Amino acid sequence: MEDVILAYIRNEYLEDDDEVELDADTPLISSGIVDSFSMVSLKRFLEKKYDITLPDEDASAESFDSVRKIITVVKKHGGGK
Amino acid sequence: MAYSGAIREAYRSELSGIREKGLLKEERYIHSPQAANIVVEFPTGAELKPVVNLCANNYLGLSSHPDVIAAAHKALDARGYGLSSVRFICGTQDIHRELEARLSEFLGTEDTILFPSCLDANAGVFEAVLGPEDVIISDRLVHASIVDGIRLCKAVTDTYKHVNMEHLEEKLREHQDKRARLIVTDGVFSMDGDFAPLDQIVALAEKYDAMVFLDDSHATGFIGKTGRGVHEHFGVMGKIDIITTTLGKALGGASGGCVSGRQEIVELCRQRARPYLFSNTMAPPIVAGALEVLEILSKSTERRDKLEENARFWRKGLTDAGFVIKEGESPIVPVMLFNAKLSQDIARDLYSEGVYVIGFFFPVVAQGQARIRTQLSADHDIPLLTRALEAFTRVGDKYGILGLDKKGIVAKYGA
Repeated sequence: MEDVILAYIRNEYLEDDDEVELDADTPLISSGIVDSFSMVSLKRFLEKKYDITLPDEDASAESFDSVRKIITVVKKHGGGK
Repeated sequence: MAYSGAIREAYRSELSGIREKGLLKEERYIHSPQAANIVVEFPTGAELKPVVNLCANNYLGLSSHPDVIAAAHKALDARGYGLSSVRFICGTQDIHRELEARLSEFLGTEDTILFPSCLDANAGVFEAVLGPEDVIISDRLVHASIVDGIRLCKAVTDTYKHVNMEHLEEKLREHQDKRARLIVTDGVFSMDGDFAPLDQIVALAEKYDAMVFLDDSHATGFIGKTGRGVHEHFGVMGKIDIITTTLGKALGGASGGCVSGRQEIVELCRQRARPYLFSNTMAPPIVAGALEVLEILSKSTERRDKLEENARFWRKGLTDAGFVIKEGESPIVPVMLFNAKLSQDIARDLYSEGVYVIGFFFPVVAQGQARIRTQLSADHDIPLLTRALEAFTRVGDKYGILGLDKKGIVAKYGA
């Protein structure tokens, strides 16, 4: 799951010439890699990919701030089994 | 007294943090009218220094134009200094409505509403026309005031990669379930000087039933054959649903902004936009000055033509000298230095050489993208720009960056 989400974030949020090191603990929203306006796309991707429904309170800037945190949220809602 | 010592200390410590990071903004006092050549006191208390100004938004050189000043003087006598009211109580003179009509004519739109600034226009317009059933899809590099305006609105938000039309199309496809879709972009992006591909944006808007919002603050008056803006440049006048722009840059540079576009949208702003409803009206001398600016621009394209020529000369000069610049056609020409400290050092040395420019770095631009943003004006001329180029070349040579590409500069100074 980690690789899939990392790949999505690289593709969706980084430009080709961005030289950003990205791993499961890299801050995403607080660092500006993922702009908070487009979290809707990230939420939609996770829901589709893992066949889950994420309530808004679990799709917040805090709970989406690293891939590790995102994985916790996805698992909490039964994704990735 | 509720302003306790602890609070004072906390604020002081925040300010020290800003200073230690080298991010403290300091004003430089200018002792002359805005122009190509200005007189500056910097640092505070230093001897006054005449410098060439390459960092103003005075694109058409109208900020201190004698006809604009005369029109403002006349209005000051005839209509007073201020109106002490918001627009809808007793703050609308006939000249406010006249300026709105002239702006609609100039921009090729159905109607216009004035705001105290374009920041206010951007703060008010989204909330006035969109709700939770709608989506705003914005370019990731839009101006900070648009970001703030979107935050005030309850619509769903999404973004697309900077000027990436495939990504925008993907997003439009994703959001077909919403009541309304609004694509949001700057016309000319203020830090990079590049254009939004408005012809392609309009085509996508038509294909996916979306409206288009354009902030043309860095274009109104000089981009396009007759200076109407980026929509004229791309041949899509009349197809932009919402244009916001400023009177604080090319159009005289005093203050004021507007929302211009579909009649119903403008009317909804009159009913609901909070910066329009709860902030003071524009002062009569500024309204009259702006009217005179539009008069000047409707008579001749001489100033925008000269600006175009200056920008072409400056871009070629910097490239030939061996600087890395952001390619484009606009009079915003960023000289790329990548390293924040280098951008500050070079700006300081240029000031010593009599050229006034500012280095921009994170968080104003992305990490590792530090630059000096130069801005041309119709008030500049080729001999003046030649002298400024010589200064740039001397300083560039001192730092050994001439002829180096991004990799070379980063290898030497770090990103």
